[in-house]
Amino acid sequence: MSLLSARGLTRHFGGLRAVDGVDFDLSPGEIHALIGPNGAGKTTFVSLLSGRVPAQSGSITLDGADITGLPAHARVRRGLAYTFQITSIFPGLSVFDNVALAVQGGMQPARALAKAVPQALDRVDMAGMQGAQAGTLSYGHQRLLELAMGLALAPRVLILDEPTQGLAAGEIAGFKALVRSLVPDVAVLLIEHNMEVVMDLATRITVLNFGRVLAQGTPDQVRSNPAVQEAYLGA
Amino acid sequence: MSRAFTLHLAVLSGLLAAAFLVPDWQVTNLARILVLATFATGYNLAFGYTGLLSLGHALFFAAGMYGAGLPAWHWDWPALPALLAGTAAGGAFAFATGLLALRTAGVSFMIVTLMFAQAFALTILYFNTWTGGDEGFVIPDAARVLFGLDLSQDMPRFFAALVLFAIGLLAALALVQSRFGRAMVALRENEERARMLGINPYAAKLRVLVISGLYAGAAGAAYGLFFGYAGGSFAGIQYSILPMLYVLLGGAGTTLGGLLGAGVMFYLIDFASDITDAWLFLVGAVLVVLVLFAPKGILGWVRAKWWGGLP
Repeated sequence: MSLLSARGLTRHFGGLRAVDGVDFDLSPGEIHALIGPNGAGKTTFVSLLSGRVPAQSGSITLDGADITGLPAHARVRRGLAYTFQITSIFPGLSVFDNVALAVQGGMQPARALAKAVPQALDRVDMAGMQGAQAGTLSYGHQRLLELAMGLALAPRVLILDEPTQGLAAGEIAGFKALVRSLVPDVAVLLIEHNMEVVMDLATRITVLNFGRVLAQGTPDQVRSNPAVQEAYLGA
Repeated sequence: MSRAFTLHLAVLSGLLAAAFLVPDWQVTNLARILVLATFATGYNLAFGYTGLLSLGHALFFAAGMYGAGLPAWHWDWPALPALLAGTAAGGAFAFATGLLALRTAGVSFMIVTLMFAQAFALTILYFNTWTGGDEGFVIPDAARVLFGLDLSQDMPRFFAALVLFAIGLLAALALVQSRFGRAMVALRENEERARMLGINPYAAKLRVLVISGLYAGAAGAAYGLFFGYAGGSFAGIQYSILPMLYVLLGGAGTTLGGLLGAGVMFYLIDFASDITDAWLFLVGAVLVVLVLFAPKGILGWVRAKWWGGLP
């Protein structure tokens, strides 16, 4: 039984077939990586899943319920969280307020704020930074804050759009440990260019090329797939 | 009791004390400032906190004034029901305007709200037999007694204005410190991010606009009843610009910015018109200086320099 699934999902921009009839399934508790060359339609595809871009045809179901017509904010409230590729926090607000907004968005009870905010920050090792203004944080900490906001939504599915972009090697190790600690409570869909991270973390991989699914399977299957090697790994 | 709440109580106490310290004619000025400050405080919730730059608030102000004034004139309504009717009218017009105008954002939102307000101003003139048109009408004395206070007298009028402002100010403080207040600021700072945190931007902004409309409606109704006159000029563009100027001067996104802006601007105009007929020129010059050197307004500057926790 898949937690999040898409059938025949399509989005064209003029003549560009950004996403062209994609079938996709995310199982509970898995870490699923979405890879593909630049312009393969990865970000458009997750934008369709999260509702930031409306689908032209096809359907999306979350835990059996059809969410194709739901606006993005309603999908978030049903447990489908998305963290941005380009760090997107509220720079003028405190770290506490940034995370508190996410906790509120998940509709936890009001009294949960005081507990849930430090909890989410603790998971990304940012406890004690609640009072800082988000815009004054280092880049690495802003990425982690973005992640903490995703966690604070208490999602069932967490979509991470290039989360390790711009992180130092030491920070990447911490990030991998963090993502592993999320499953099996949360299913993670990861767009990632860093192959080392993908091969290390993912239990399954979907390869997109020209808006279509090129291959799907375990890291080993994908690595040995000749079509993938030709299109993407450049072998 | 938090520092912020203490500050607000101190300001309200200071206003009360001021009424006994200043000469009688100044008491009327204070009442006028407090009613306009109520208007500005509501405007600030939409503009300063949520980032909704409306040029149509004269519509909600006038809806309040006529919503209170017309029943008082035509059907002899007493002050309290008239005041409540005016407040409700402000909220209702804000709801109707917001339903359509909030499909747009930024400059388009400014233009659409402006058009709604202009249409309403022309409607008032068109139905002049019923609204008094350009000349307006005098509110009957019978409608100017509130809880036994004769609103045509300086002191009772001041008390009524102070109570109105105090309710508006403390409600605004509670609102901006609530979870919804945090969502308001999030919408101003980054709407797309707020949406991806589960906030419905359209519904939240509509709610803010209605709250802001209730403030404008209450202020418009009070202005009519307290000073005994309702007229078409209050629906003009000037009354959309004024609350924006008050807020810019006092501090956008600060609870006390509306009061400070209304007060400073009132006495600035008072002072300037004593010196020269071209007082608008002086007011304009002050605003240019403000935008160039203190774009956050007086309290925005205080917040940045001294007290980051200022609500």
